[in-house]
Amino acid sequence: MTNNWILFTGTLADALPAEAPPVETASSSHFMLLVTVFALAVFVGVEIITKIPPTLHTPLMSGSNAISGITLVGAILAAGSDISTASSVLGFLAVVLATMNVVGGFMVTNRMLGMFKTKK
Amino acid sequence: MNIDRSVLIDLCYLVAAVLFIVGLKGLTRPRTAVRGNQLGALAMLIAVVATMLHQDVISLSAIMVGIVIGSAVGIVLAARIAMTAMPQLVALFNGLGGAASVLVAGGYLAGAPSLNNASVLAATAASGLIGAVTLSGSLVAFGKLQELDFVNDISFSGQKAINLGLALTSVLLGYLLVAQPANAQLWYWGMSFVALALGVLLVISIGGADMPVVIALLNSYSGLAASATGFVLNNNLLIIAGSLVGASGLILTRIMCEAMNRSLWAVLFGTLQGGSSSMSDDEAYANVRSTSADEVAMMLEIAQRVLIVPGYGMAVAQAQHAVRDLTNLLLARDVDVIFGIHPVAGRMPGHMNVLLAEADIAYERLLEMDDTNSMMDQVDVAIVLGANDVVNPLARTDPNSPIAGMPIIDVDKARTVVVIKRSLSPGFAGIANPLFGADNTLMLFGDGKAAVVDIGKALQEG
Repeated sequence: MTNNWILFTGTLADALPAEAPPVETASSSHFMLLVTVFALAVFVGVEIITKIPPTLHTPLMSGSNAISGITLVGAILAAGSDISTASSVLGFLAVVLATMNVVGGFMVTNRMLGMFKTKK
Repeated sequence: MNIDRSVLIDLCYLVAAVLFIVGLKGLTRPRTAVRGNQLGALAMLIAVVATMLHQDVISLSAIMVGIVIGSAVGIVLAARIAMTAMPQLVALFNGLGGAASVLVAGGYLAGAPSLNNASVLAATAASGLIGAVTLSGSLVAFGKLQELDFVNDISFSGQKAINLGLALTSVLLGYLLVAQPANAQLWYWGMSFVALALGVLLVISIGGADMPVVIALLNSYSGLAASATGFVLNNNLLIIAGSLVGASGLILTRIMCEAMNRSLWAVLFGTLQGGSSSMSDDEAYANVRSTSADEVAMMLEIAQRVLIVPGYGMAVAQAQHAVRDLTNLLLARDVDVIFGIHPVAGRMPGHMNVLLAEADIAYERLLEMDDTNSMMDQVDVAIVLGANDVVNPLARTDPNSPIAGMPIIDVDKARTVVVIKRSLSPGFAGIANPLFGADNTLMLFGDGKAAVVDIGKALQEG
């Protein structure tokens, strides 16, 4: 029983890719999937943001600016990949700048929002 | 194990995307806003940590060093910035985000790019182009807002043609990147360089009071650049987060343009013709009457409702704290005080709100333009502090004026108007403001902060 199980999982492991799927694929349907995600995200964004009152527009700008620092994720991938010196250096610089964007952005937004208190 | 890891990472990305959306939703009300922002920060943290677990990420030490440096600088800037300098800071951070996009896409090309995938290459080009324009445009905006000496409103003939030329060149270089991927890096950096120049020239000619539109637009560009990078790296989270930011910026841009009744094209490429209205300075200011702090204090004392309309001048004079003191004095005397905030007052959307909130004024007192106008007939005294074009009745009455059709705050319909200003000099639109010479208007000449302080003193003594 155990031997069959080992055989089975071994075969299974051989059949499945040993690493994660490659970073990009050439199929256009995959590209369309990404475009779909993009379109839906824009729609969700519009829905939410039109409901944000003008009084909070400045925190919205600094907060959304912080979110645009999501580039940091791409920067980490570039900096950590060790494929070439150039990409690592570029990635490192991108990490520094994107982190400034993220940390500074969320902090300053937090600071601003703390001032919008109800008072007597 | 690797399969599990990538599923785990994708799951983390999904959680982060949801948290970004929920977090943004928190910004729809001041009460939930702080937590919304914190959720956004948490989402970013999850995304970053998950990415560090990615199998492609081998050397973590350099990344950690980079994060520490970036955090330190970000924290210092965020903690020490004065609220009046908020627009500059947002512009600066925006530029950094754009720079990061350029570098990430460039890093991708310098690593192991898939040169036979046209859509990925196109996304790389888009990422670099938009990122570069965002970077240089934001830095110029920063310079203008910070009022750095060497950044003037530079306009020259043929500028539109040059801008168009630069835009076409950068698109062409981007196209070459896709069509001739063998020299991808050459095309990429050439395109980015041209796009940098384009960004500078696009923003350099735009004046200070149009900055709200420009910053909102650049904000959306940085989001679009991040989204494009998501297409390059096949990363859903980048696409989603980038689109949220892009949508946010575009909506704010549209709101700003509507609030000025100018199209985006006019803001970016047109120049504001000054002084072409039918009313000359002499006509408008024939009947200007000036007043004193004592007189104003007397009027305020017997008023039931006072409206304060702040503008960029209040920010410049740093008068928001004095305004709060005056407000408290009035509230203690049973005078209701409300604030009318025009959408483009200041240098950034919501700029006035932040300054007044910083001065500890309850946000329920900050009314939007439409709400303000609908209660204008109940306002006994309207105080205009550092605002000009947004209260200029010519926008309603003169179809030839440069501000024609722009929605304004109708302070002229209040019982009495007090305008606090240093002189009769025109605002950004460069035209006369007949409000200053109206029968129910009194001018209090002086520095905004000093004037408000004096009124407060007179109120206490009287």
